[in-house]
Amino acid sequence: MTGNQGGMRCLTGGIVLSMLPALACAEQGASGHLNILYWQAPTILNPYLSSGPKDIEPASLVLEPLARYDETGTLTPWLAADIPTLENGGISEGLTSITWTLRPGLTWSDGTNVTAQDVVFTAKYCMTPDGGCQQATKFSDVTSVEALDDLTVRLTFAAPKPFPYGPLVGVETPILQKAQFEGCIGANAQSCTAQNTAPIGTGPFRVTEFRAGDVVTFEANPQYRDPDKPGFATVTIKGGGDAIGAARTVLETGEMDYAWNLQVDPAILDKMAAGGTGQIIRSFGTPVERLMINRTDPSPSLGDLRSTRDGGAHPFLTDPAVLGALSIAIDRSVVAELGYGAAGKPTCDILPAPAIYASSANDACLTQDLDRARQMLEDAGWVDSDGDGVREKDGGRLSVLFQTSTNPVRQDTQALLKSWWAEIGIETELRQIDPSVFFGGDPGSPDTFQKFYADIQMFTNFFPGTDPEAYLNNWTCKSIPTPANNWLGFNIPRYCDPEYDALAAQLAQTADLKDRAALARRMNDMLMQAGALIPLVHRGDVSAISNTLQGVKMNSWDSELWNIADWTRADEPR
Amino acid sequence: MTERTLHPPVPRRTAFWHRFGTHRGAVAGMVIFALIILAVLVGPWVWPLDPAQIDIAAKTQGPSSAHPLGTDQLGRDLLAGLLAGGRVSLLVGLVAMGLAVGLGTLVGVTAGLLRRWDAPLMRLTDLFLSLPLLPLLMVAIMLWRDSLRAQFGPETGIFILIVGAIGLTSWMQTARIVRGEVLSLREREFVIAATALGTRPFAMIRRHILPNVLGPILVSATLGVGHAILTESALSFLGLGFPSDVPSWGRMLFDGTHYMTLTPARVVWPGLAISLTVLSVNYIGDGLRDALDPRWTRPVRR
Repeated sequence: MTGNQGGMRCLTGGIVLSMLPALACAEQGASGHLNILYWQAPTILNPYLSSGPKDIEPASLVLEPLARYDETGTLTPWLAADIPTLENGGISEGLTSITWTLRPGLTWSDGTNVTAQDVVFTAKYCMTPDGGCQQATKFSDVTSVEALDDLTVRLTFAAPKPFPYGPLVGVETPILQKAQFEGCIGANAQSCTAQNTAPIGTGPFRVTEFRAGDVVTFEANPQYRDPDKPGFATVTIKGGGDAIGAARTVLETGEMDYAWNLQVDPAILDKMAAGGTGQIIRSFGTPVERLMINRTDPSPSLGDLRSTRDGGAHPFLTDPAVLGALSIAIDRSVVAELGYGAAGKPTCDILPAPAIYASSANDACLTQDLDRARQMLEDAGWVDSDGDGVREKDGGRLSVLFQTSTNPVRQDTQALLKSWWAEIGIETELRQIDPSVFFGGDPGSPDTFQKFYADIQMFTNFFPGTDPEAYLNNWTCKSIPTPANNWLGFNIPRYCDPEYDALAAQLAQTADLKDRAALARRMNDMLMQAGALIPLVHRGDVSAISNTLQGVKMNSWDSELWNIADWTRADEPR
Repeated sequence: MTERTLHPPVPRRTAFWHRFGTHRGAVAGMVIFALIILAVLVGPWVWPLDPAQIDIAAKTQGPSSAHPLGTDQLGRDLLAGLLAGGRVSLLVGLVAMGLAVGLGTLVGVTAGLLRRWDAPLMRLTDLFLSLPLLPLLMVAIMLWRDSLRAQFGPETGIFILIVGAIGLTSWMQTARIVRGEVLSLREREFVIAATALGTRPFAMIRRHILPNVLGPILVSATLGVGHAILTESALSFLGLGFPSDVPSWGRMLFDGTHYMTLTPARVVWPGLAISLTVLSVNYIGDGLRDALDPRWTRPVRR
């Protein structure tokens, strides 16, 4: 639908807005229909129950937080009237509480008023145990959330919170409507399908149809606070297919207006971009393509205990020599260049940005050194005693199962790593899993990234916003996915070190930005030195937009669709 | 005996080859199929490059003397990949086809000959026909992948699983066709005569039924080879088949489609290999049917 609809525009706008006071035409909905392609199909529209951007970002059309990050990473008030600071008194002197004031006159898309009670409820929703809230780490240390009046909410923390903009800020923790979700608290959260797939929100759009794993249709929210926005009357977010197909629909055939997350061989992408119907947009945030090392034993013979700490440690992937050798055998610049081109930089850190948090302690791994990798294994007693090219020690063979999602770039990376690891005597078995299964979070499937029934797996993760505290909390002991918590949590390597947990606690109480940065770097270094994660490439986000689309500001710090209210269709292709 | 003709008896084998030889398409198919098998079996010795050897410096190249068919995006040699992939694809195709045809024939003949088994077996066939194939395969692979992997190792395990899954889900057409043929054969005079002569059931099947239904069986077998190769490709593509580092023609084709605009050779060669194999097997089947048809009436000599 990239065609110009000319004279139809006023008409379309008029129909959509017939219930509202008369408006000049070419206002809300004047740009007609917008087609967005998220090739990993959304399966739920409740960010509190989802683990992936594929669900969280489409939900951002409907649900909005108190404040969010703009394209430069600056915190911007969204549902809140302003950003609370020490100066304006929004943050208490002891740094233990933050007081948010809502914009007056906000309404939900069903016409009811947004009140402080909704905000209080949202916090309660995520903090209730058994609810399986994926964003629970954002609410760590929150002791109470109370409504001071209809528009004012105070969050109190157990300890001084130098960066109190974690809860209810950013794309992952938007405000839910109390009236809608009241019955969905705690153990009922997962079963509230109607609510989870069509939340009522304050955003520029509301859900008209949700088909899990396929298509979500939105229409402009008639109650949206800015009567002139959004520019589009209806939006379709289509799921399915793969990254290359998605790129093609925008760049070559022009069927779609926006395609997200184009992890495609850069040579192909550049060639497609020459097609002329669209262009590639990139931005660098915090995403890092990384290897997750399973520190627990994933052997199928353990039954229900596989890949849990109760099942025991991994037979060799906790050996520092093996982990170090795995890492140093990788030529990261080749991986970055081949798979990502201009949108990838080699990195040895899980926390590569913003700049003050970037450590330089691990940069040795940027240079591939196969001889040293072999030597490390040799010294640790791993030798190839039977001449089959694979090293052994005490009856254990260095043979790993390496899984990732089906994606041409990832399969190329897998092939590269396998060849390097083969050179140092580590055998690799590759497995690829359909992305909608791998990232689907279905507790019934054995192939999700959280269950991690493999030795090594690869994907990208990132954190929204600029403060890494919640992100670093992902590797504390309590974030380990287990059967008990329905395999939720992001501590995929099952890394558990009391010292790390102590640093996390310390970070939660450190106010000074420099000290925070130092702590964050230390935590990053701890993870790297333990070899729980092996970072590969600092990835830029790559999306493609149609030439007729205006107002898109690519954002790596929040939802890519964060300013969709401002998007419009250009009269003439740019 | 059914083969009795007015001509002086010709030794059966000679007659078979003679008949087969008059079918030009079948001979051409036989030659091409033999060449493909030969290339796939002997090729890796003649062209000893490792299909998994990565050479970044030589990525996405066109044909050259070092790489006659060019290279892929990681600089792996396409010819070596094609030869190695052919082994996997042909093996999957042939074994899965054998399984499907064997099962289909068994069910079809049983259903056609034994009235009591007819209805249940045909309902079973309908049941299998109505099952959605791909989701079923996904579930099967998810359920048994790990145990087979532990039992037989990663590659053999997945091979057994894929061949079994394809074979067990594609026997139905054969069964239906065979049953139909058997039902009509059962009423023919020579079968009635054989029954009257006291031919025992197994001898009946072997001597009278099977030779007469061989034609349709072979046709469905040849179609089955192509079907199996393509199903394996689809599974690999969904991440449920062989891992990405085990080349098969289907996988190479799917990988290549992304690079179609950069290096068309990556789609052309695996595609050609699949088409040639399927076509040649089809023609062989055609020729075999003619040659084995007991009612074959074309004069041997004139």
